[in-house]
Amino acid sequence: MSKFKKKKSGELPAISTASLPDIVFMLLFFFMVATVMRQNTLMIENKLPVADQIEKLDKKDLVMYVYAGKPSSRYRASAGNQARIQLNDKFADVSDIKSFILAERASKREELIPFLTTALKVDGETNMGLVGDIKKELREVQALKINYTTRTGNALDNFR
Amino acid sequence: MARRSAPEVNAGSMADIAFLLLIFFLVTTTIETDSGISRKLPPPQEDDIEPPVLKQKNIFVVELNKNNDLLVEEAPMEIKDLREAAIKFLDNGGGSGEEACSYCQGERNPSSSDNPTKAVISLRNNRETNYATYIAVQNELVAAYTTLRNREAEKLFGKSFVQMEKDLKDVNFPGNKESLKEDIKKIQFMFPEKLSEAEPKK
Repeated sequence: MSKFKKKKSGELPAISTASLPDIVFMLLFFFMVATVMRQNTLMIENKLPVADQIEKLDKKDLVMYVYAGKPSSRYRASAGNQARIQLNDKFADVSDIKSFILAERASKREELIPFLTTALKVDGETNMGLVGDIKKELREVQALKINYTTRTGNALDNFR
Repeated sequence: MARRSAPEVNAGSMADIAFLLLIFFLVTTTIETDSGISRKLPPPQEDDIEPPVLKQKNIFVVELNKNNDLLVEEAPMEIKDLREAAIKFLDNGGGSGEEACSYCQGERNPSSSDNPTKAVISLRNNRETNYATYIAVQNELVAAYTTLRNREAEKLFGKSFVQMEKDLKDVNFPGNKESLKEDIKKIQFMFPEKLSEAEPKK
């Protein structure tokens, strides 16, 4: 009889942590796959306005980014208080946009060029004069597909 | 010497390494906001081209001044009313004969637009207008077109225009994409997005 009796120890057995690495790896792979490394370090304030009539830009490699806004506090001393354009990692002038677009085009395969879109990531506080100048430059180099990048939300919240 | 079996590698620190990597990717991840209002700019124009003649009643003038005030047909308006006003203008269908609009549900006011295919919304802004305000106005105008297109698509094809466009992009869409494309074109022809932007005033 006593043969089948198990010895009962009073303590709880320790929970095995052997599968912990597996769980963590799973999370790790998720984040590795989902990560989009920021291509550009922002040197400007970039609080995008909100809108609800939006379309998604799905082909990330066919998007050219033009940023604009007031320089962030670190760069105020060198770049001033007025809204500036940022292309790649540098402050740029309106006249640099053409060469930027042409350089982007040259780096893409020829059959993809008609599908290139310019995403304008402009801070909500910017004046339309700058945006108008950007658009004029884009028209002159025939980069006609543009996308005003916005956050999702009610457009009337822009005034709060 | 006696052969010893290789000692087992201690995998206890594997979790630590994985955590380290995990935290790195967590910190560097920026879920980018890559959606927005898509627009097409007009191609550059030569100076000597005469602008086409438009009837004044077919133009809906929306103006933003430097204090971010909205003026619609020279009368001040709140932005929340803009969508309704734009729909009313586009859907008016005041034309007769060749310009009559068979699918409009508007008031058929003869002093407003003849036909949605003729109606043009002209947006003019000042150089000092705020970008956020401009986006809000763009958003409302695009919403007006989308509302009307949804209505027509619902009537003709039993589903909204937004849904049709979504289906066109969907890889797993079971139906015929060619005919769907035709249907979308048909709706776009009924309510073409004629949104013209004038050069900003200094």
